[in-house]
Amino acid sequence: MRNPETILEVDDLRVYYATPQGDVKACDGVSFDLRSGEILGLVGESGSGKSTATGGVLRTIGSPGRIVSGTVTLDGEDILKYDDEKMRQTRWQKLSLIPQGAMNSLNPTMTISDQIADVIETHEGRQPADALRERIMTLFRRVGLPERIYSMYPHELSGGMKQRACIAMSIALDPLVIVADEATSALDVVVQRVVAQTMLKIKRELNVSFIMIGHDMGLMAQVVDRLAVMYSGQLLEIAAVRDMFARPAHPYSEILIESVPTLTERKPMKINEGITHDPRNPPSGCIFRLRCPHAMPVCSESRPDMVEVHPEQLVACHLWKKDENGSYVRQSV
Amino acid sequence: MSDNLFEIRNVSKIYGPEDTGLVALSEYSFSIPKEPAKIITIAGESGSGKSTLGELLLRSSPPTRGEILFEGVDIWKFNDQQKRDYHRHVQAVFQDPFGVYNPFYRIRHVFDMVLKNYRLASNATQGRELTEEALNAVGLRGDDVLEKYPHQLSGGQRQRIMIARATMLKPKFIVADEPVSMVDASLRASILDVMMKLRDDFGISFLYVTHDLSTAYQIGDQILLLYQGTVAEHGNAVDVITQPKHPYVQLLIDSVPKPDPDNPWPGEIELPAEEALRTPSAKGCRFCPRCPQRMPRCETESPERYDVGPDGHQAACFLYENGPMPSKTKESMSVDESNEHV
Ligand SMILES: Nc1ncnc2c1ncn2[C@@H]1O[C@H](COP(=O)(O)OP(=O)(O)OP(=O)(O)O)[C@@H](O)[C@H]1O
Ligand code: SF4
Ligand SMILES: [Mg+2]
Repeated sequence: MRNPETILEVDDLRVYYATPQGDVKACDGVSFDLRSGEILGLVGESGSGKSTATGGVLRTIGSPGRIVSGTVTLDGEDILKYDDEKMRQTRWQKLSLIPQGAMNSLNPTMTISDQIADVIETHEGRQPADALRERIMTLFRRVGLPERIYSMYPHELSGGMKQRACIAMSIALDPLVIVADEATSALDVVVQRVVAQTMLKIKRELNVSFIMIGHDMGLMAQVVDRLAVMYSGQLLEIAAVRDMFARPAHPYSEILIESVPTLTERKPMKINEGITHDPRNPPSGCIFRLRCPHAMPVCSESRPDMVEVHPEQLVACHLWKKDENGSYVRQSV
Repeated sequence: MSDNLFEIRNVSKIYGPEDTGLVALSEYSFSIPKEPAKIITIAGESGSGKSTLGELLLRSSPPTRGEILFEGVDIWKFNDQQKRDYHRHVQAVFQDPFGVYNPFYRIRHVFDMVLKNYRLASNATQGRELTEEALNAVGLRGDDVLEKYPHQLSGGQRQRIMIARATMLKPKFIVADEPVSMVDASLRASILDVMMKLRDDFGISFLYVTHDLSTAYQIGDQILLLYQGTVAEHGNAVDVITQPKHPYVQLLIDSVPKPDPDNPWPGEIELPAEEALRTPSAKGCRFCPRCPQRMPRCETESPERYDVGPDGHQAACFLYENGPMPSKTKESMSVDESNEHV
């Protein structure tokens, strides 16, 4: 059943990349919803398809990639059915992106304010200079940038400031949803903390929803409301961040949470390596089984469905079975 | 012969003109003993000079001032033979394990190239044995990985293969610059574990360059925390991380996001408006503009490193001028707790 607050609903999204040796199913049947005013974290190792899944949502996938199937419902409409012009209008206005490596995606030959003005004027036409300037200043204040950067070029700003400039640009047209792809990964902890604070503040003040891609579980714990875990093109678990940390339901989530190093206890590291399959030739059954410490015969036979094992905690793993009362319990192996 | 593998004496590295350029490393002295092998972590924010030290040790560029001795000899006064030896004894492993691989070659190629370039083996069988040995040292088997393409391996495996490649040259020292920052937490452990194993079983010391304090805490023997080219704090990794003394290091450790949704960051912070103070002429403690405990003299004098604990635990901060207990900062400028300006 659809949650009334759902703003974006992704259903069975498939995005494949064509390669000479066959398709890479980089996003293979991914479903999730995003609620109004929440930050949904998306974690997974490099190459697990986080950017591809959100690229499917934003429709920024170019050749050799293609959206194979699925629906992406934003504000009640399936945007995968939009024509290019309609999609162009939707981007920035409803759905915006802080791309991976955003700080390097700024145009080095234009001032920060000109780049923001460009986004505004492309969608809303020419604006009176004074109003435009005031609007950009407001954006700067929102993200905690000083006015003096108005006429500065990207190279004159520190990494954290560039990152906040990208956030300013992403909120320029008051979107419903912002996808932040590794928005703080290249930054130091102190600057990262400041940028994360900025995102939390924007979320509170503007009630926008974020999909925040990352791989730092510590940061996720600090920032997101719900967390989705991806592995090799598939979503394995999605739950409120507290539940995920308190009782991860999927073996991979469990490993991810166990292996977060802490500053409070020096302990032997848990090693889980296993084999990573060739993405063009994924294993049968469960996508994680080659690395799973609990794999059973059934795991190579069928792909586990996403089921709700606790309220609002969905997981795709054969370990979870219905008992006689109809509630899910995890088998011990 | 010297008992030290490395001796770094008063080294400064300045990019650009000496008087106005950017000081990446300032007046730095440190020695790394031959034995026992150690993992020395060097941490700090980007631009703090941590990679610069790695580059200096790799002989990629000369220091602006000071000297670096390797086994007692200045690395910039090497003859050709010494240079060749050095490039075998001091190896590097970098951040992006994928970028250094050619996607069209099988993993075998990485090893074949080293064998060929350094003429390590007289025939193919011997070459295969050396490769196998190196792979085993990092917990891999040739049959499992050599015929694979880079994308078929996990990030952790790719990085361990780069370390295996480095160990084929029987190095004494490896500079590992952010070797785990591209792999996810579940794979990180295997790489760090290999570093500890090479230290313990093969006597290889590491300079582990990272901005991630939690891994430094897990594996580091010693740690050096840099702030804008100067050492803010130095000591045993466990001491420094569990009992940080320098206000910058305290802020840093407070900012490491805790993997616990119920334990949020304490308060909000702001960055300073100006990021100045990076030229050699700048007076005073470099952290002064951001320091919540700054005193008037911090603006004009540079603190030396003072002892703050056992085993060489030192911090460059006037608070410790009179010993390990911070002096009362009656003159310190107070800051609003909820919005400390750092
Ligand atoms: N243009 C492309 N052609 C072929 N394969 C691709 C292409 N782009 C991505 N892939 C593959 O799709 C998979 C998912 O990639 P994607 O970039 O979405 O991962 P990610 O989770 O965002 O990783 P990272 O954390 O490194 O950003 C990977 O196996 C990748 O190699
Ligand atoms: S379905 Fe099987 S292999 Fe997959 S995660 Fe669950 S137990 Fe492991
Ligand atoms: Mg990505």
